[in-house]
Amino acid sequence: MSRELTHPLPRSWWLKRPPYFRFMMRELTSVAVFAYTPLLIWALWSAADAASFSVFYEFLRGPLSVWLHVVVLVLAVYHTGTWIALTPSVLVLWRNDEQVDPNLITGTTAMLFLSVSVGVVWLVLV
Amino acid sequence: MPEQTVLEVYRYLPDEETEPRFQSYEITYRDSWVVLDALDHIKTEIDPTLSFRWSCRMGVCGSCGMTVNGEPKLTCETFIRDYNTETIKIEPLAHFPVIRDLVINMQDFMEKLPTVSPWLITDEDKPLEAGEYLQTPAQMARYKRFSMCINCMLCYSACPVYGLNSLFTGPAALALAERYNLDSRDEGTQERSDVVTAHDGIWRCTYVGECTKVCPKDVDPAGAIQMLKLSYALDWAKSLVLPGRGR
Repeated sequence: MSRELTHPLPRSWWLKRPPYFRFMMRELTSVAVFAYTPLLIWALWSAADAASFSVFYEFLRGPLSVWLHVVVLVLAVYHTGTWIALTPSVLVLWRNDEQVDPNLITGTTAMLFLSVSVGVVWLVLV
Repeated sequence: MPEQTVLEVYRYLPDEETEPRFQSYEITYRDSWVVLDALDHIKTEIDPTLSFRWSCRMGVCGSCGMTVNGEPKLTCETFIRDYNTETIKIEPLAHFPVIRDLVINMQDFMEKLPTVSPWLITDEDKPLEAGEYLQTPAQMARYKRFSMCINCMLCYSACPVYGLNSLFTGPAALALAERYNLDSRDEGTQERSDVVTAHDGIWRCTYVGECTKVCPKDVDPAGAIQMLKLSYALDWAKSLVLPGRGR
């Protein structure tokens, strides 16, 4: 009876090929989005009274908060961008028996994302 | 390009050795050669003990899939000239048991394929005199891409989800399920759902996407799996709102 060999994947499998590494980065950047939620909960909680909000506002103005926001923004944009790039694979649309150009779907999704983001920024700043 | 090319080939002779090893073969570089030509040259001229699978030599049969410099490839359409290195490493397809040298055991794949019922399922068979099941070119276009699979297993070899858990139904089988689900003549979507939406079906896929990138026939199994997720999730939502209306 011949012996068959198996080669189980090592724990470091995602470091073996660049596409696997990029996939892992896409997944890991979602942790940054999740990690930001306690800050949002703190914001809601502090809105209850002026003293609490003042403490929260002072934290936002500090260097730690600025760095945190810059890092989370970069990771969140990367995470969002990777998923927008994958949209045409999931959303296959047909119009008059012709498949809608995948680039059009990617572009439209990106524009929607940008529009909503600009809208939120406008609501906060204006 | 160098005049000589070295092929570093994975060797495993289960009756003689307990561990695999790499063996180097130096061959004269030829611009027109694909990797399969070089392996054939080695077998006929240098070392007849080398084992590998091949059949059609034209990217149709899907027999000659191997790992070339770390990437799953059909060796009959992978040109040596495209590798700007003096050494090309040839290994068997990853994630499958190795029987001997570059020959893998494909039994798991062969058992998974029929589980998704990859054939036309109809609620009622038409009588023979009713004629063919007709379809327009536009209806065919909806699923044609997913029907081009040649069962070469490169997608399974590129999929780390399958590599980590061989219970996963896998890219080619699930793409085949979507090929039939999208067919206007088919009514078997619900019948396939038990396997497709099972724990080891579509929901195991984390969308690494490499199955699509390595596919020699542009089948896009990753896209097919995401489309399956979307359609079955919508069906589930519809069945909540309108009981009995899920497909």
